[in-house]
Amino acid sequence: MSKVKEILEKNKNKKREALISLLQEIQEAEGYISSQAVIELSRHLNVPASKIYGAATFYNQFRFEPLGKYHVMVCRGTACHVKGSASALKTAEDILNIKAGKTTKDGLFSLETVACMGACGLAPVISINGEFYAQVTAEKFRKIIEDIKAAEKKI
Amino acid sequence: MKITVNGKEIEATEGETLLTALKREGFDIPTLCYLEGMNPSGACRVCVVEIEGQSNLVTSCSYPVAAGLKVKTHSPKVINARKTLIELLMGSHPDDCLYCDKQDKCELLALARKYGVTKRRFPRISRNANIDVSGPSIVRDPEKCVLCGKCVRVCEEVQKVGCIDFSMRGFKSKISCAFDSALNVSSCVNCGQCVTVCPTGALMENNNIEEVKKALESGKHVVVQHAPAVSVSLGEEFGLPLGKDVDGLMVSALREMGFKAVFDTSFAADLTIMEEASELAERIKKNGKLPMFTSCCPGWVKYVETFYPEFMENLSTCKSPHQMLGAIIKSYYAKKEGIDPKDIIVVSIMPCTAKKFEVKRAEMKNGELEDVDFSLTTRELARMINIFGIDFKNLKPSRADLPFGERSGAGKIFGASGGVMEAAVRTANYLLTGKELAELKFEPVRGLKGFKKAEVKIGDKKIRLAVISALGNAKDFMDALEKGEAQADFVEVMACPGGCVNGGGQPFAQNKKAISERAKALYEIDSSEKLRVSHENKALKTLYKDFLVKPLGEKSHRLLHTSYKARSTKDR
Repeated sequence: MSKVKEILEKNKNKKREALISLLQEIQEAEGYISSQAVIELSRHLNVPASKIYGAATFYNQFRFEPLGKYHVMVCRGTACHVKGSASALKTAEDILNIKAGKTTKDGLFSLETVACMGACGLAPVISINGEFYAQVTAEKFRKIIEDIKAAEKKI
Repeated sequence: MKITVNGKEIEATEGETLLTALKREGFDIPTLCYLEGMNPSGACRVCVVEIEGQSNLVTSCSYPVAAGLKVKTHSPKVINARKTLIELLMGSHPDDCLYCDKQDKCELLALARKYGVTKRRFPRISRNANIDVSGPSIVRDPEKCVLCGKCVRVCEEVQKVGCIDFSMRGFKSKISCAFDSALNVSSCVNCGQCVTVCPTGALMENNNIEEVKKALESGKHVVVQHAPAVSVSLGEEFGLPLGKDVDGLMVSALREMGFKAVFDTSFAADLTIMEEASELAERIKKNGKLPMFTSCCPGWVKYVETFYPEFMENLSTCKSPHQMLGAIIKSYYAKKEGIDPKDIIVVSIMPCTAKKFEVKRAEMKNGELEDVDFSLTTRELARMINIFGIDFKNLKPSRADLPFGERSGAGKIFGASGGVMEAAVRTANYLLTGKELAELKFEPVRGLKGFKKAEVKIGDKKIRLAVISALGNAKDFMDALEKGEAQADFVEVMACPGGCVNGGGQPFAQNKKAISERAKALYEIDSSEKLRVSHENKALKTLYKDFLVKPLGEKSHRLLHTSYKARSTKDR
């Protein structure tokens, strides 16, 4: 049984008001909200898929693509912005050839922005798979990504 | 209770909204997101008014009346606010009104003119959204959308299809299918009710005027047929009174455009009745699948295929009337006239957007030949009449061409919810008992109500009937049927509320009265007709004698009946 089916089985009696918590649980289990998950949820709650998609896209917290092997979160909080996180993000988007919120075709990187990581002293800050990198300017960002790529090639 | 509006006292009723009261009293309040008979959403805000003692303007569509309210509908503050709102709505709206298909029917354009918006106040920020031309019936241009949400509400609340909804948020808000998929792979059934409520050109029918014009120039034998519900609504496009039957004018206009023959789809409605009533009689006799569902409505057919495929066997195998006529034109008529069927082009004028999908269905073919080549909406016909410079109102009326111009009153009432059922009952009674009904009028299935139930006794058999319009009501019925809580032998379903008179291809109606007037006109035509039962149609009898032999015969099966297939969509 798929993880989504298991979750729905567990929440048999939940009605449409449980939509957001179910979406969260699915994302927790699968890392993202797949279209198959939306359709299964739609059948389960008897709510059209368009409505579920609409509600899910309203919130920043839901992803519609699987996470990459390296999940890169870029802080776009005020302090980081002042210290140049916008151009760092632009550089990452250019190198990876994806927009924030997306995952590269090879599944290696996913890129995401967050409002503030609470590490303003390290601005501009990014985190990759939970590990923090401080003072990440555009140039430093480029190097971090290239190092990961090089390490992956050796494997 | 009494309220004061612009210094004048008016009567209002507890529980109604301010807008309802103001509209009734004839005050000119602009609206974009207001839907008659549905809960207000307050999305567009252009219906704002000023209430004495309140610092903020209120949306009259969602404000309940209260005794003693003092309202100003056109104070400078209100006028300025409305103008700004319109300018903001146009902030992301393209400036290509000159090329927009909606033209003078655009409510946003009308408001901009009314409130004196003559220049762009906010630099335009494009939504960079792609136009969706994936489907044969409906074109969706999100750039022109003002997010009033009427399409979403109609699709979800009236039709219970729910194929579109708001997605994203803030400036990125838009109306989309699930996963931003295209309409043609969604659960959209092409009914076009969203098109009829869209205030702008964001939702339009897929326009086929150019193809038809080219066909007319091609030198081929181009014939046209028109559906029963078209003649009672087309007049509205030319400023004629609601419900005025313009059959004769329309036939003359079509001839003037260069169609070689003008036929009446109501003839084929009579043909459908012969086939469908025979099919019902056979299903009852041979213990076939019951209830039998009508199949003239392509929106309903696709709905069953998409949402209730386990009930496909319940659908009558009859093609819809205009497809039947197309097939007959390209076989019987072609042979009779000595024309190669490949050189015949059949155009249908339909009150419908779903018919555009239907004509492209792979099942609607005889070999390589499509039964019908193009389907135009009532609105497109009006546009063509204007393109051809025809002085519509001053035409000399004429009659449709024979042999497919002769029709019964029963064939004509197909355009209203309950009409197919009434026509079928008249003929089924004759087929099963050999006698005509004493009273042809069958009141219980008439009217705009979404669900009607009746029973008829034919001979010694009781037949349980259900008549449904609006797919939302159909869904309720199907769910009850699935649970074994509903019983019926014969069920008529039309996807649009009230039937084809309110079809997705009809002139944009200003109010619900237009719909009831159109339906009334159809029943008036029927009651004044000498020939009121399908089985007495002489041309139809000749068709059976010379060609088809008998209902459900070999030729009928090949030309007039069809099959269905379960549809997988991206959102189900």
